[in-house]
Amino acid sequence: MAERLLEVRDLRVAYATDGGDVIPVDRVDFDLDRGEFLAIVGESGCGKSTLMYAIARLLGGGLPGEILGGSIQFHGHNMVELSDRQLRHIRWRELSVVMQSAMNALNPVLSIEAQMRDACKAHSTMSNGQIQARSEEVLRLVGIDPIHLKSFPHQLSGGMRQRAMIAMALLFTPDLVIMDEPTSALDVVAQRSLMMQIKQLQEQLGFAVIFVTHDMSLVSHFSDRLVVMYAGQIVELAETRQCFDAPLHPYTQGLLEAFPSIRGEKKHLTGIPGSPPDLRRPPEGCRFAPRCPHVHERCVAGPPPVYDVEGDLVRCVLYDRDREAVNA
Amino acid sequence: MSDPLLRAVGLTRHFRIGGLLSPKTLHAVDDVDLEIGRGEIVALVGESGSGKSTIARLLARIYRPTSGEIWFEGREITNLRTRRQRLAYASDVPMVFQDPFSSINPAYRISHAIQRGIKLHRRELSREQRRVEALRVLDAVGLVPAEETFRKFPHELSGGQRQRVGFAQALAFRPKLIIADEPVSMLDVSIRVGVLNLMNELRAQQGVSFLYITHDIASARYVADRVLVMYGGHLVEEGPTEDVLARPKHPYTQLLVAAVPDPRAPLGLADAADTGEPPRVVDPSEGCRFAPRCPLAVDICRTVTPVRRELGPGRLAACHLAEPDELKESAA
Amino acid sequence: MTAITATMRPARTRLGLGALRRIAGNRKALVGMLLLLFFVVLAAFPGQLAPDDPNAEIFRPALGVSSHHWFGTTAYGQDVLSQLIWGARQSLLIAFAVGGLETALAVLIGVSAAYLGGIADGLLSLLTDVLLVIPIFPLVIVLTAYERNAGFATLVIVLGALGWSYGARQLRSQTLSMRNREFLQSARVRGERRLYVIVFEILPTMTSLIVASFLGGALYAVLTAAGLQFVGLGDPNSLSWGTMLYWAENNEALGANMVLWAVMPGVCVALLGAAFALLNYAFDEVSNPALRKPRRVKRG
Repeated sequence: MAERLLEVRDLRVAYATDGGDVIPVDRVDFDLDRGEFLAIVGESGCGKSTLMYAIARLLGGGLPGEILGGSIQFHGHNMVELSDRQLRHIRWRELSVVMQSAMNALNPVLSIEAQMRDACKAHSTMSNGQIQARSEEVLRLVGIDPIHLKSFPHQLSGGMRQRAMIAMALLFTPDLVIMDEPTSALDVVAQRSLMMQIKQLQEQLGFAVIFVTHDMSLVSHFSDRLVVMYAGQIVELAETRQCFDAPLHPYTQGLLEAFPSIRGEKKHLTGIPGSPPDLRRPPEGCRFAPRCPHVHERCVAGPPPVYDVEGDLVRCVLYDRDREAVNA
Repeated sequence: MSDPLLRAVGLTRHFRIGGLLSPKTLHAVDDVDLEIGRGEIVALVGESGSGKSTIARLLARIYRPTSGEIWFEGREITNLRTRRQRLAYASDVPMVFQDPFSSINPAYRISHAIQRGIKLHRRELSREQRRVEALRVLDAVGLVPAEETFRKFPHELSGGQRQRVGFAQALAFRPKLIIADEPVSMLDVSIRVGVLNLMNELRAQQGVSFLYITHDIASARYVADRVLVMYGGHLVEEGPTEDVLARPKHPYTQLLVAAVPDPRAPLGLADAADTGEPPRVVDPSEGCRFAPRCPLAVDICRTVTPVRRELGPGRLAACHLAEPDELKESAA
Repeated sequence: MTAITATMRPARTRLGLGALRRIAGNRKALVGMLLLLFFVVLAAFPGQLAPDDPNAEIFRPALGVSSHHWFGTTAYGQDVLSQLIWGARQSLLIAFAVGGLETALAVLIGVSAAYLGGIADGLLSLLTDVLLVIPIFPLVIVLTAYERNAGFATLVIVLGALGWSYGARQLRSQTLSMRNREFLQSARVRGERRLYVIVFEILPTMTSLIVASFLGGALYAVLTAAGLQFVGLGDPNSLSWGTMLYWAENNEALGANMVLWAVMPGVCVALLGAAFALLNYAFDEVSNPALRKPRRVKRG
């Protein structure tokens, strides 16, 4: 019943460093349906931000990296093959991006009104009157008094700035909004409020969300499905509730265990000792093996295949009992 | 607390901001009392702008208080006159900083800062003894083999390793109290717990007290015996960790506890309306600074600044409406 | 923050093998280095390299190019080539002396102003700004004219004492941006004195900026000194490229068929200046990764 909106197949991204080429996104596959909230979760260096930039076609230019291969099917186009001119039609109208820090993404010398006008003029032929009306409308949508159209970014609080960014992203009610850790600069209370606002807007306007974050617990109540990334690969992809109640991949299990709980019994946690592998020379076998509590020889022999365990995709040899690998 | 290690009374710090034409005062910290005992881990919890980092810097003597006094082991240290006195305090109460990427000088090897610290504070040691000591503290924080880390440059270590180096630098002074300013906030989730465990170990094995400053109340629960909650420069609640979290008495603490995302608990519907607008700390007026956001606020809250009252053994809260334990069990 | 950050090299170069390797890999740096070395060798061994005594007026004046005199002779019968070779010494000395003096002042004033803050910063910045605003060249001319025939020492002092303001501004800005770096606070907290922090904690992280300031100062010195000597404000009896230009001009060398006498000293000044300029550009690239050309992914 849900319509397929985005299909990412075999996506590979690389960038060059002093010590060799790094592949922060290594053959990633996933789908997204219309109106779905998908969270991409992982720690620093896992490639989640690069993946996000790749999907938004923001690589190259200032951001290092280029897409080596794979496809990104969106609205009948393969985004990887589109030219800049074609991308401009899609950007902001069908797909928009909310960055991590509003202070970095918003122009500090322009008022909110001016920035919205810029965005509207760049992607449409709206008249000034229409732009004004729409700007007021989106600000109201996110709970900001339209009087703040005249404000400058530094005059707004952190939470309001982030909501202004989201308002800008919704100017054309796109089908897909990609968010890169939009709450990480905010306090816990403002975070909670923003998440609920995003969820409410999503239900109201029907757009899909790809939400990139390092904080799993933040999305536990908001996302439909969850993608866990480690060292450039997807290690688990499942419905959110399923992922939290019964995480399959040892990394996901370790990650969930690493959050001290505010309720319930207090127990000793160990986190996941060690560090992720150097992506310039990724290991032959499972990339998590050096840190995995359940490792055995098959893990290091070769790359572990992906298995489907009751709807939960997991890249781990522990689940190979009588199962066929899913597109290796 | 009888015979606390560190005691601060009426700690206040204001900053002058604004230009000549419109001078304003920023009340970063107002009238805070706190105590830290031997072998105790105390958490100071608050959002950014609450004043918690300023308190850390006041206690580490990076800032001088606008008013108030600080006592350490019974001696007043607010105004130390001689360099020797200042050095002695710095070695008893060192600080560990938040950002592992800027807390170590990138131009030198790891050995440099640790050995400088030892040289300044433990002059009696010879060069070889300094080296041995430096290796010992690197070992104590879990950076093994210590020899290897000793020779590395900061950029060759991960964030978690660098934070451990920060603790090693502090340990080299043989401190009694370490002030840790958000030591894990910039680390990956899977690494944080390791550093928190380190704090517990150091307390257990070496008897070092910690003042753990954080915005993450869940991690405070994991390591701290007592927790102090700050809001808008005021200390609003204080008490044993489990008690404060299970039965928060101040509305802000209640909001904070409710807002922490916990995947194991169902989503509460309350307080979605509170958007986290920051308190007014520039030229604030009298009255509770949380009043504009408080769902329970009444008239007196807006006109009279609440004083911290004892509501149970070791339990204090600064709220006109908070009830003591014996009279009423406040709903969790 | 990515995992790559943990393994990335620091943005500042440490002076050492790494820096040398980077210089070798950068074309601009290589050319600049070679040019500079060329002149350093000339200045170090003029006696061995110059065919004749530069001051000896023993040849026929106004000779053209020949195998004896690669660049001809002057109006007084001196070998131009020998003069050029001997002249290198003074130009290089001025470059390094002024560069050094100027950088030392810039570091002292710029870094202290930023680190000390408050009134000290106010006063030092005022001094810096005043010097920035005053047009230096006319002031230099006035000062050198005050002492007739300004010798080497005068030139160095005047140029060095007036040229540090730009570098001081840069270093002040850089220090300001670093002032709240936690490792500096950490050093203060462990009890280091202010002076120690400035010299041993701040300066080592700014080596590239300091070297760049030095190179810029050297460039400015070479050009300005030559200019002053050309106008006659230097000591005409000393031997340098600038004074060569002065004497050539006095004897209308360009018109009187002694073209190379008039042109070559200028060419040398330009080449030495270019050497410093190239090294300066290259150093910027070496120490600031953002300026490097983006690397390409190796395919295949």
